[in-house]
Amino acid sequence: MGDNTLVLGHRVSEWCGVAPVLEEDIALANTALDLIGQTTLWLNLAGEVEGAGRDADALAFRRDVKDFRNLLLVEQPNGDFGRTIMRQFLFDAWHQACLSALCESEHEGIAAIAEKSLKEVTYHLERASDTVIGLGDGSDESHARMQAALDRLWPYTGEMFTSDDVDQAMASAGIAPDPASLRPVFDERVTAVMTRATLTLPESDFAHKGGKTGKRHSEHLGHLLTQMQWLQRAYPDATW
Amino acid sequence: MVVEKPSTETVYDWLRAVPDPEIPVLSLVDLGVIRDVVWQGETLEIIVTPTYSGCPATRIINLDIETALRDQGIEKLHLKTQLSPAWTTAWITEYGRRQLEDYGIAPPQPAGGPARCPQCHSENLERISQFGSTPCKAQWRCRACLEPFDYFKCI
Repeated sequence: MGDNTLVLGHRVSEWCGVAPVLEEDIALANTALDLIGQTTLWLNLAGEVEGAGRDADALAFRRDVKDFRNLLLVEQPNGDFGRTIMRQFLFDAWHQACLSALCESEHEGIAAIAEKSLKEVTYHLERASDTVIGLGDGSDESHARMQAALDRLWPYTGEMFTSDDVDQAMASAGIAPDPASLRPVFDERVTAVMTRATLTLPESDFAHKGGKTGKRHSEHLGHLLTQMQWLQRAYPDATW
Repeated sequence: MVVEKPSTETVYDWLRAVPDPEIPVLSLVDLGVIRDVVWQGETLEIIVTPTYSGCPATRIINLDIETALRDQGIEKLHLKTQLSPAWTTAWITEYGRRQLEDYGIAPPQPAGGPARCPQCHSENLERISQFGSTPCKAQWRCRACLEPFDYFKCI
């Protein structure tokens, strides 16, 4: 959870100062801020559970590509504004379903972070849905760009619902939901929004995988980390 | 040096004088982030619930609480962050809501949008953006007086 919000939060923050209009610039920066705030909560908890003395900063700035467990979707480059919004919508739709389930976690710390994050993410999803509909059901140009964005990003959604031994163990222990159980809620939301946006969901269910397990990230994550981590790498423990 | 432990009511009064760093007309108590004040033996414990998880003001809020209480002579102090139940705008006091409107920020409404323009009180309003100058606000405009204004989002 923390790696997803960290990587997407960084990606979205890349729009700061260069978004198409001021209101969108502020909206994207605020979304990024929420995600980075959630990252701090998740990674601090992860550090506590690990018990090796690593806090959120250590986990964010001193791990390399192979140690990241984020979905491939969130590390994809921003592309144009339409692709950024489509990525946000697809992530938000999954994120909201996942956080709703995590509110019921047997682990108190996880349930508390999920409850806190869910309020922010519900707002993100509302905005992303409105914007996808506005642009999809917009001009010929915006429609074409949103369809292209959907076609490009759709193969990155399947990974959200895959599971490994860790996922299964957590589901059995009541700590986290079985990833596959989130699919119906996700599909329902996506179908409803795409219908209103006059966009067509790709028929292929081919899914890129490897981000969540850390086995094979796309080449983009390394470049992102280079920018995000260089200061802590060059000047470890720097403060100001 | 404090000779005897101040009552929690007194501590609340001190905290009522600490303004929110972003919206200084609102005290931390009126913002609803102070969830409890308790004495644990000789240590004063303040339970704080952050508004938005990424809000940069959160750190300053903790610093301001600490400074204010140290200034009153409290030496043993512990600030505890409590995430659940998550902060809600329903915790903003009635007084706080009036202060917000007087300051030009429309207070949160369960309906999801401002009730009226904080300047001219017209109800003829439009939303400019779901986000505003801080994570807790959105941008709206009054169609009557044409003034843009901040709306405190209802969460």
